[in-house]
Amino acid sequence: MSTTTTQPPAPGPGPGPTRSDLRHGSLPNRFPAALLASCAAVVAGVLLAFGAFGFLLWGLLTAVSYAVIVVTASARVEGGRKATDRLVTALVYGCFVLAMLPLASVLWTVVGNGLARFDGYFLTVSMNGVLPSMDAGGAYHAVVGTLAITGMATLISVPIGVMTAVYLVEYAQGRMKRTIMFFVDVMTGIPSIVAGLFVVALWIMLFGPGRTNGAAGAIALAVLMVPVVVRSSEEMLRLVPQDLREASYALGVPKWRTITKVVLPTSAAGLTTGIMLAIARVIGETAPLILTAGTSAVSINWNLFDGQMMSLPVFIYSQVRMGGAVNYERAWAAALTLILVVMLLFFLARMIGRLFAPKAS
Amino acid sequence: MAKRIDVSGLHVYYGDFLAVEDVSMTIEPRSVTAFIGSSGCGKSTFLRTLNRMHEVTPGARAQGKVLLDDLDIYGPDVDPVMVRSEVGMVFQKANPFPTMSIYDNVIAGARLNNRRMSKSEADDLVEQSLRGANLWEEVKDRLNKPGSGLSGGQQQRLCIARATAVKPSVLLMDEPCSALDPISTLAIEDLIHQLKEDYTIVIVTHNMQQAARVSDRTAFFNLSAPGKPGKLVEMGETNQIFTRPEKKETENYITGRFG
Amino acid sequence: MTTTDAPKAAPPPTGKRRIGDVAFAGLARGSGILILLILAGVAAFLIVQAWPSLAANTANFLTTTEWDPNVREEPAFGVAALAFGTVLAAAIALLLATPVAIGIALFIVFYSPRRLSSLLGYLVDLLAAIPSVVYGLWGIGFLAPQLVPVYEAMTRYLGWIPLFAGPASTSARTILTAGVVLAVMILPIITAMSRDVFRQTPQGHREAALAMGATRWEMIRLAVLPFGRSGVIGGSMLGLGRALGETMAVAMILSPSLVLSWNLLQSGNQTIAAHIALQYPEATGYGVSALIAAGLVLFAITLVVNMGARYVVARGNKES
Repeated sequence: MSTTTTQPPAPGPGPGPTRSDLRHGSLPNRFPAALLASCAAVVAGVLLAFGAFGFLLWGLLTAVSYAVIVVTASARVEGGRKATDRLVTALVYGCFVLAMLPLASVLWTVVGNGLARFDGYFLTVSMNGVLPSMDAGGAYHAVVGTLAITGMATLISVPIGVMTAVYLVEYAQGRMKRTIMFFVDVMTGIPSIVAGLFVVALWIMLFGPGRTNGAAGAIALAVLMVPVVVRSSEEMLRLVPQDLREASYALGVPKWRTITKVVLPTSAAGLTTGIMLAIARVIGETAPLILTAGTSAVSINWNLFDGQMMSLPVFIYSQVRMGGAVNYERAWAAALTLILVVMLLFFLARMIGRLFAPKAS
Repeated sequence: MAKRIDVSGLHVYYGDFLAVEDVSMTIEPRSVTAFIGSSGCGKSTFLRTLNRMHEVTPGARAQGKVLLDDLDIYGPDVDPVMVRSEVGMVFQKANPFPTMSIYDNVIAGARLNNRRMSKSEADDLVEQSLRGANLWEEVKDRLNKPGSGLSGGQQQRLCIARATAVKPSVLLMDEPCSALDPISTLAIEDLIHQLKEDYTIVIVTHNMQQAARVSDRTAFFNLSAPGKPGKLVEMGETNQIFTRPEKKETENYITGRFG
Repeated sequence: MTTTDAPKAAPPPTGKRRIGDVAFAGLARGSGILILLILAGVAAFLIVQAWPSLAANTANFLTTTEWDPNVREEPAFGVAALAFGTVLAAAIALLLATPVAIGIALFIVFYSPRRLSSLLGYLVDLLAAIPSVVYGLWGIGFLAPQLVPVYEAMTRYLGWIPLFAGPASTSARTILTAGVVLAVMILPIITAMSRDVFRQTPQGHREAALAMGATRWEMIRLAVLPFGRSGVIGGSMLGLGRALGETMAVAMILSPSLVLSWNLLQSGNQTIAAHIALQYPEATGYGVSALIAAGLVLFAITLVVNMGARYVVARGNKES
């Protein structure tokens, strides 16, 4: 028997006729790639002929036609089990592509729409004295606010977060440890708007209703940031080998000096990476800042305790709410700025993690 | 249905590293062949090339010919999935699927090939396979309990039942007793004796007494030098290998003088 | 509290060092306790500030769909419609995201070329790096207009299902659009959790499946999915928690209205979080207090979901 290309899949119980020689027809290795390419070409041709070409439609029809043809061909040549396997393979690849579509689309639209206004002028001028519909103004005050608020949030949450991690790794045990770990996890899930409301409630009790300022926003962000810092720092501290601590104790160094001189410096790169990722996470938070730092600041304000403070995410939101074409342009440009900042933090964090991390065993 | 295996000129690589060099051997049907040798000499690696399981390890590839009766399992049209349903395998550590019952574990592989198996067919197959693995009497009252509740030796016999339920012609065993106590080991060895009536059995073992007890033929593997690829030193009747080895290397290993 | 209960053998203390140790340990412990206090404070302050409006409310807070708290004399408001909208949007997101996330996780662990797999995983993680306000902007500025014809087609062909009854919104600023965007946002969370458990599938189980002649998909079905089930469920619940509390993307996409409706293609539904963000700037009278009450409900819902998720994940870890 030279080839079994047209033999049907094994019917009935036990080994089928194809199993006796282990060969059953199989599609050539290059078949999927070739088929995908030809599907793409044919679909593109048909769509162009009907004048209905769109990238999404093209991708969708290509994927569907590929899946249908590959499964049918496989079922005929290779049998049902192989066909299922190929179907799942196509689906799994499809899922990944499907996830990349919104990523590409978000980045593409933000860059495409944001570049129109993204320039030195936009980044260095505030909206002070600019009417919403005027073709002028920029996001400098929002950049200032974002830096100030996020900076203060970082200053609050890093000591609390890192010290809590130290407590969890070096000191705590038993019930207390479990309780704190559990509630840190729970805190990770607090909706950002609830963190904002918490500060609103706190501020009403401390200063009376209607008081908004940057510090309130910073505290709200700190509430969101602390659990992230705790979790990442905890992981990093656990990576420090026990031998190092014991070596230090053996030299007669007290525990707290061991932690500050040996444990923390050893994990410094990892801690920094975690903190930067935490900053990247909260720097785009909008909802708590709407409630706490206000939505209507237009001028440059470096003082966290003096009145409303604009930030990049709130700037995007308030411009969208105004709804004019020029407002949308500002929103897109601010979104581009924000994404660049977040991506920068992300890449820096990864670089630090990669370059300075001690080689974990 | 047991089949003969003919290996000729087989090299196994991990990436660029040559792990096993130029093995040629014939494995007789309805017999037990043991692979012995020090650890790291490539005997397990070589065993895995007999049903293309090495392909699961990233970067691993084999070069050469492995004929199952007359068919090269590395031939262009051959599907590794089909090879593995023809050449079954039992691993060092018993690995029943933890979420499945004993019954489902046995039937898992057979169901892949034949989804519309009737209830009675399935029941028969499960009983037959478990009886074949000397496990039926011990588990027949708790077929719906999870397989992970069994003892280590029972789990290993469950894995053998699972492998034979697919009705392979060859059964590869990779140190199947190394994690078991002496009594469970004895049970498995008895089982191997019975199984060779129907299957071609290849067993990798660290234990030379075990090789002497269960196998008809023995192959001795060794590294040609530290850091060098493993190779087949000598193969022959078990009796002959253990009493009158042809090579000095083999004799040193058998008598406990390494190197 | 003393340092003597520390798990690691500390060197014998001498007077001065002892003070440093006590102070440092106290500081660390204090931080941990502060976190518990903050969390308790969140709950306590929300309750205290929500109370005045709840006491003055003339309607049943849990069953009323209207939202009129801004009158001093007879405030009448309830979270029924809001809670419904919140759960509906999150459910849509979960339904759309979970299967795709499982697919992506399988792709990254078992299908993608090994050399690329960490890079591809990183790309998926990038989805989590995009701020929600940017998703909102993208949703309203790009996605919604693209979905208008799709929704029209859905009402035409699927209109007999009440969920998709026409006429479709002409702006596509509907709960379904919000659900789609939320799905994108929670995708990386579910993917990350699933990826981790899939990767931990014992090699023995995977090889056992392959050795009896399973195809790659059959291996996944026999060994990987049963093993990873609790991780996938836990990850989905974490994603659900995120979707329930997500504010900006929803606030920007949904048109500001408040109706309880099963219709996915018409505007009307609203979520708690988005409602708070939209109403807060205009809240007067009992307005702020009422919004805090709504926030309390959201807090309670997400708390339950998140604790459930942690429980499922922890139990799964123990089993394996």
